[in-house]
Amino acid sequence: MIEVSHLHHRIGRAPILHDVSVQLPKGKVTALIGPNGAGKSTLLSLIGRLTPVQAGRITLEGADIATTASRDLARRMAILSQHNAPGSRLRVAELVAFGRWPHSQGRPAPEDAGHVSAALASVGLSGLAQRFLDELSGGQRQRAFIAMTLAQGAEWLLLDEPLAALDMAHARAVMAQLAALRDTGKSVVVVLHDINHAAVWADHIVALKDGQLAAEGPPAKVCTPAILSKLYDMELRVMQVEGRPLVLHHL
Amino acid sequence: MPKRLIVLMVALLLACAAYLFWGLSGPRWGFVLGLRALKLAGMLLVGAAVAVATVLFQTVSRNRILTPQIMGFDALYVLLQTALVASLGVTGFAGLGDLGKFALEVAAMVALAVVLFGTLLGRAGQDIPRLILTGVILGVMFRALTGFVARVLDPNAYAVVQSASFASFSRVEAGLLPLAALLVLVAVALALRFGPALDVLALGRPMALSLGLAHDRLLRGVLALVAVLVAVSTALVGPVAFLGLILTGLAHVATPSHHHRALLPMAIVLGGLVLVAGQTLFERAFGLQSALSVVIEGLGGLFFLWLLLKGKLR
Repeated sequence: MIEVSHLHHRIGRAPILHDVSVQLPKGKVTALIGPNGAGKSTLLSLIGRLTPVQAGRITLEGADIATTASRDLARRMAILSQHNAPGSRLRVAELVAFGRWPHSQGRPAPEDAGHVSAALASVGLSGLAQRFLDELSGGQRQRAFIAMTLAQGAEWLLLDEPLAALDMAHARAVMAQLAALRDTGKSVVVVLHDINHAAVWADHIVALKDGQLAAEGPPAKVCTPAILSKLYDMELRVMQVEGRPLVLHHL
Repeated sequence: MPKRLIVLMVALLLACAAYLFWGLSGPRWGFVLGLRALKLAGMLLVGAAVAVATVLFQTVSRNRILTPQIMGFDALYVLLQTALVASLGVTGFAGLGDLGKFALEVAAMVALAVVLFGTLLGRAGQDIPRLILTGVILGVMFRALTGFVARVLDPNAYAVVQSASFASFSRVEAGLLPLAALLVLVAVALALRFGPALDVLALGRPMALSLGLAHDRLLRGVLALVAVLVAVSTALVGPVAFLGLILTGLAHVATPSHHHRALLPMAIVLGGLVLVAGQTLFERAFGLQSALSVVIEGLGGLFFLWLLLKGKLR
């Protein structure tokens, strides 16, 4: 379990997060949702120790992430942020192999190759392993980065808007992939832009607004017209399709 | 060892032999040989220092068109030197001795570079055009400050400063060679030791942190190394802006690998080869003592423009 308690964060003088306390359950897909500027990405990068904690406390299975060695955290938690631009010109397989760094520290072990090809296969990029990253489409590149986080073999996966560049088919495939990872015992925390991906695939939803916790719970509890309309400041209708909530935000 | 690296090393050995022994005759040949050996050592050190500094700087700034010199590192060094002369006076400056002076300059350079460029890369690291612009402005600012301090200096002190402000591969500061060699060797050893970590560093801050790399500490360490290497090469032969760009450009062509442990040796050997072969050619064949730096800067400048126009910002 990841436990966030009394987290405050400001960038310059602008408050981003205000007294956020939330628990992210282990072995589930947790979606972070909310309008633009709600602090979702900031919260995720604080949990993933990309940004140092200013006030408050975040623990991963009881260990404070501010004091745990970054190398140890890397074996238990992988975070993929939104903007990734490697400085070197890499092939897909080379990028994914970097995911083994926390284990190999630059001295690849024989089993690393297996992890890399398994990760590539699971995002459907085995055929493009020898392509350069800049020769891929946005969606393929995104999947290559996801494969790298998978190769890291961490129990926790934190993903910041992994669907941003993906078309419908690939977006659904990635969400199904995250659900499959959950079924193998991993815990996933994902920032989602499209409320319906959260409603359909997540086990647990954490909604933020203006840097504060607005709602949390299973999709059935959070995805109600009352809560969502207040969250996004617009009238929203919610239908039930095959027992799952579906938000009609285009109408 | 890759075949290309071996070929280049053989070429470097041949170039060194040619530089040492071409046209060596007459009764004072021993003296001439000693003089040439000093210059040769200087060139090899400068080649290695510039090559490693540029590769490292391109790693931390995550692009292939910037060099520490384009970002004003060497201008900072000349400014430091001028400021030292201004504050200590010519006699005080001379009283420090070559080594003391050099050590002081290197220390100041490391501190300033880490603070200045560490902050800059942290803030604008993703934004290459902004980085280039800032670097150009910093360079102009350092040069303008140097000019300002130089105006205040008396003519004698100015002459001392001036000799440090132009690059010449035929005038190597021999007294600095032992310390320079030590610094370059240590820097190269460190860069190779941390090669795999540098590969991860090149992925950028978020990914490096996610993989558990102590990113910020390594970044500062790399900038300190770059500062030391630029100080060494500037102290030995003066400022060279575009040499590093040519060397890393060639190294990337010569090795398809992005791994620092493959790239660094290649760049180092190329550094020695370009300088030694170039100097042999200009000094012996054309009888031009100081033309090499001009030619390298000219070609390097064109290469830089070509990279910019091609839009190869990364």
